[in-house]
Amino acid sequence: MATSILDRAAAPAANTALGAPNPGRRRINRTLKYALLMLFVVIVLIPAYVLLITSFKGSADADPSRAWFLPTTWETGGWSKAWSTLAPALGRTFALVVPAAIISATLGSINGYVLSKWRFPGANVVFTLILFGMFIPYQAVMIPLTQLMSNLGVPQGVPSLMLLHIVYGLPICTLIFRNYYESVPSELIEAARMDGAGILRTYASVIFPVSAPGFVVVLIWQFTSAWNDYLFAAFFSSGRNGPVTIALSFLAGGQLTDYGASMAGALIASVPTLLVYILLGKYFVGGLMSGSVKG
Amino acid sequence: MLRRVKHWGPGLLLLAPTIILVGVFVYWLIIENFRVSLTNQHTARPSDKYVGFENYTNLLADPNFQHSLWNLLILTIVFLGGTLIFGFLWAWMLDKPAKGEGFFRAVYLFPMSVSFIASGVVWRWLLSSLQTDQPGGERTTGLNRLLDSVGLGFMQNDWWSNPTWGIAAIAVPAIWQLSGYVMALFLAGFRGIPEELREAARIDGCSEWKLYRHVIFPQLNPVMLSAVIIIGHMSLKLFDLIRAIVPDANTYDVQVPATMMWVKYIGSDYADAAAIGMILLVLVALVVVPYLMYTSRAEKR
Repeated sequence: MATSILDRAAAPAANTALGAPNPGRRRINRTLKYALLMLFVVIVLIPAYVLLITSFKGSADADPSRAWFLPTTWETGGWSKAWSTLAPALGRTFALVVPAAIISATLGSINGYVLSKWRFPGANVVFTLILFGMFIPYQAVMIPLTQLMSNLGVPQGVPSLMLLHIVYGLPICTLIFRNYYESVPSELIEAARMDGAGILRTYASVIFPVSAPGFVVVLIWQFTSAWNDYLFAAFFSSGRNGPVTIALSFLAGGQLTDYGASMAGALIASVPTLLVYILLGKYFVGGLMSGSVKG
Repeated sequence: MLRRVKHWGPGLLLLAPTIILVGVFVYWLIIENFRVSLTNQHTARPSDKYVGFENYTNLLADPNFQHSLWNLLILTIVFLGGTLIFGFLWAWMLDKPAKGEGFFRAVYLFPMSVSFIASGVVWRWLLSSLQTDQPGGERTTGLNRLLDSVGLGFMQNDWWSNPTWGIAAIAVPAIWQLSGYVMALFLAGFRGIPEELREAARIDGCSEWKLYRHVIFPQLNPVMLSAVIIIGHMSLKLFDLIRAIVPDANTYDVQVPATMMWVKYIGSDYADAAAIGMILLVLVALVVVPYLMYTSRAEKR
């Protein structure tokens, strides 16, 4: 998986030539390093291993002494139970996450354009004020928010959550696009302005055509964070109309848990974001980096 | 004047929807939340009777809430420490050209793409506590079982079922999930250091340790600050992971303000819930506002 931001700029391997310690010690160091790296791979993958094996276990493997072993017989009962519980919620999650990501990305792109290329006095203050919205603990607005949403008459479930993910996604989308557009030469904008193009024409003819990478990063970010959201879902939906995180928490919650089914459910609920990560990892990392404000 | 309006106007107009939405959903709601926190609305019935800061003083005097603040402190320290140590270590090992770097990076980072609710399912199993009522802990599963079978039985413990340090066990999955992120931050930091700088130091006869001490670490300070801010404010807000691992949100051992706020909300104690929200906001703002001011000033320069 190429993660362009993190890739070393083809630097000559000169640093190995200068003042290199004797080759024998270097080899030991390298072996040690790889052993350590592999050890961490094993540790990081332990939960994934447990999820996989437990999801295929039936009652025959219920004994705790077999907890870390492969299933004696590979049962799919847990998977079918998890699937039938989660399937409707999966549909609802797609229905709310995809439009939310597209709308907030579009607004974010326009905001980023104005704040980087069509600046007005106080633009920096406005930007910082918008940005603060990304850091607030949502607990600090939740009580009046439930009131506001019921006053506005937005139904619980998909409509509420879509609106909330759009609104509270605006700060990060604006941030990513603003940083992205900083790298677009201002001369291009000036030239378009000279030709008498207005703010929208300039956006459509100069900015939008070069925005694809920015959109990919923002869409992935919004998709992943809305898909994985639980806090808003807990306040604004129920098991009947909620997204997959709610359905999963009902499947896995309670004192007596069917671990086979809930682990299969955790895997099912993670497939979309894992696929995005595996196929588009480079852009996923791009979104992560922009979370550090300076981009 | 008119020309100026013509110049700035369209931009402001395009920004207007966002300014209004953020204005209402962030700033106005914070004010509204503050107002609710000053009332005595402790039941579902609306109440406009103001009691000043009584809810705050009551909360701060409540041993349950004090305990949740203690838990929050421990959680944040362990979470921050763990992610910084692993994140730095991994980035440091992967910084020098290494074969298979992409593979290691991808594995270390993958937990980031999974929700706390999903990972909570498996961590709940991994962190299941000792079944001491059974002789020899025979019903024990999870990490305790693994530790026992590899001869590390002395490391078995009750994980989150401990009122003082249990919350540190909750930090374990959080560290698992976010160390890769901190690694990515540090790696970007390492890669941002010009190669010439290292070369120059080496030619001047700098030892490897001095190179790090005087050249590399100072260059990594901004990255470190970003990591502390991001992880720190995530820790203050942490809610889903605790809900996923611990069946009952009211569990004293791992109560933090965010889960306590939920319990108050469920119990229709809106005034207390709003007050807890405000306290969390103040804690986050103490961390984030100076940072935002610092970055916007640094950008101007």
